[in-house]
Amino acid sequence: MIKRLLPWLFVLVAGPALAAGAGPVLLQSGANISDQASLQRGAGLYFQYCASCHSLQHMRYSRLARDLGLTEEQVMTRLNHTGAKFGDTIRASMPAGVGDDAVGGEDWFGKAPPDLSLVARARNDGPNWIYTYLLSFYPDPSRPSGWNNTVFPNASMPHVLWERQGIQTLRPAEEHDEDHGHPQPPTFDLQTPGTRSAEEYKQDARDIAAFLEYVGEPAALERERYGVWVLLYLLLFTGVAWLLKHEYWKDVH
Amino acid sequence: MAGERTSTMTGILGWFDQRLPVMDFWNKHLAQYYAPKNFNVWYYFGSLALLVLVNQIVTGIWLTMHYKPSAAEAFASVEYIMRDVEWGWLIRYMHSTGASFFFICVYLHMFRGLMYGSCQKPRELVWVIGMLIFLALMAEAFLGYVLPWGQMSFWGAQVIVSLFGAIPYVGEGLVQWIQGDYLPSDATINRFFALHVVALPIALLGLVVLHLGALHEVGSNNPDGVEIKKKKDAKGVPLDGIPFHPYYTVKDLFGVGVFLTLFAFVIFFEPTFGDLFLEYDNFAPADPMVTPEHIKPVWYFTPYYAMLRAIPDKLSGVIVMGAAVMILFLVPWLDRSPVKSIRYRGMLTKIALALFSVAFVTLGWLGMQAGSDTQKLVAQICTVIYFLYFLLMPVYTRMDAVKPVPERVTMHD
Repeated sequence: MIKRLLPWLFVLVAGPALAAGAGPVLLQSGANISDQASLQRGAGLYFQYCASCHSLQHMRYSRLARDLGLTEEQVMTRLNHTGAKFGDTIRASMPAGVGDDAVGGEDWFGKAPPDLSLVARARNDGPNWIYTYLLSFYPDPSRPSGWNNTVFPNASMPHVLWERQGIQTLRPAEEHDEDHGHPQPPTFDLQTPGTRSAEEYKQDARDIAAFLEYVGEPAALERERYGVWVLLYLLLFTGVAWLLKHEYWKDVH
Repeated sequence: MAGERTSTMTGILGWFDQRLPVMDFWNKHLAQYYAPKNFNVWYYFGSLALLVLVNQIVTGIWLTMHYKPSAAEAFASVEYIMRDVEWGWLIRYMHSTGASFFFICVYLHMFRGLMYGSCQKPRELVWVIGMLIFLALMAEAFLGYVLPWGQMSFWGAQVIVSLFGAIPYVGEGLVQWIQGDYLPSDATINRFFALHVVALPIALLGLVVLHLGALHEVGSNNPDGVEIKKKKDAKGVPLDGIPFHPYYTVKDLFGVGVFLTLFAFVIFFEPTFGDLFLEYDNFAPADPMVTPEHIKPVWYFTPYYAMLRAIPDKLSGVIVMGAAVMILFLVPWLDRSPVKSIRYRGMLTKIALALFSVAFVTLGWLGMQAGSDTQKLVAQICTVIYFLYFLLMPVYTRMDAVKPVPERVTMHD
């Protein structure tokens, strides 16, 4: 029996072991893609603050409307500021600046802002990473943008949400609470309050994380819903197959 | 008999049966193929592996309808399948999850063979053909993993293909010949696609036919390792045999139900299975300028990958890794025990198999880790245990005490 379970034990042990790799300490975002209001708020924030630089090239406006419970008019007037068609994928309003004469993101930031369609999937613990990243900007005069980030050190991106969050400074490392060998997340002191309270800003970050998690895999919204029915059917099928097997095997001794 | 064969069937089936041995085939492989009646849970994995093969072929056909085998388009076409193709996400997850479940089935199926001495005379060829299936499957899985053209596709291809570069003199040329370029590139993805969807599936199907053909010639082994053909009734039917159909078709149907329930659970609720079935790095498009922090193959290759890394010298590492797979071909001749099943073998064989299993699983875990010095040492120890299991097999299987094997099979289930 133990040997039978070994491969499964191995899978169970290996999973958490992989998650516990090096890297920044991430906060629990609490992002929930089933919360449609959160997705809608996240989309609103994304198109207001992120979409001018970051495309979502695998995502269509029409799909967004369908999945987020928005009308075509709402999407086309409130979210789409690029003049793209309803069925188009989401391009950044800013030119990428790649090529000989083009001027755009690559010239302004040193690196073209990446597409974010899969940002939540391409990293370990993606939604929590996004959430923590959005909470971890601090002013750093040594950086070209004037900002730095503890989750993604030397990020080219400035803190676009600073008006909402306010300005927080990084507490020097030695003042961090000493823990027993466990890495602790860096701590910040809010210097200039933003338009949102600390809790409200966390909700902003949570909404954006949830929105990007959804964008990473739109099918996730329906996947689990179908899954329940598929599993119920298969359990029934398995039960009937078991009865059938016993019926046939009655005469085998 | 030849030429005068008449069918017992009438009508359309009879017409066909006189021209094509439909009934002969049905009887030989199902209705009058007598399998031992004492199969236990380990005997599900053969038919389940066949089920996964069918799943891979069918979902694979549908994926090829939308997938674009070019470096410029491959990644976006996979996302197109995931988002814009009706049920594309389901087809893709069935295929990607199927790959991992294929290896789960095949590894358990092979372990069953080791446990019950299924490769011993007269089933040597069944085992050898099975090993060829395993080799083809590894190639098929590797090629398929390259196709989505994510970061791990690219860097995995780079690492694996570069292993051929360790071969003296011809290595470098060979690598370029395989890739069709200096790096994994558009040419690579195009040819890997051809091999993945045409060449290897044909090879796999052919080998599966041979595997089953050879098995049905010699008959199935069983958990007691008793040859059921030795005791037959007046009609020549083995006393401990039952017709595969309907007994095992209906039993396997139950196995299929359990299997599909687990399979569906992963597909619908945990398709990436943490990072094991679909690695997060592979959701970033291939970028030859950015090396991922930690290049590792998918879980089913990690035991062999750990061996490769455990050896400091590249060429020796490649040889050890290759030998680790190749040595499995020799098991029918390494096993000198007069007894087949583990049930009637002594402690030596049991301890050897247990150590081997622990070493294999440990290697699998180590292959996923970054690889500290301690881990490297453990990997080296496990590699030695892996090889000693096979190299010492002629010794301990002969020395080992054996218990008397019963005349007839025993029923436990």
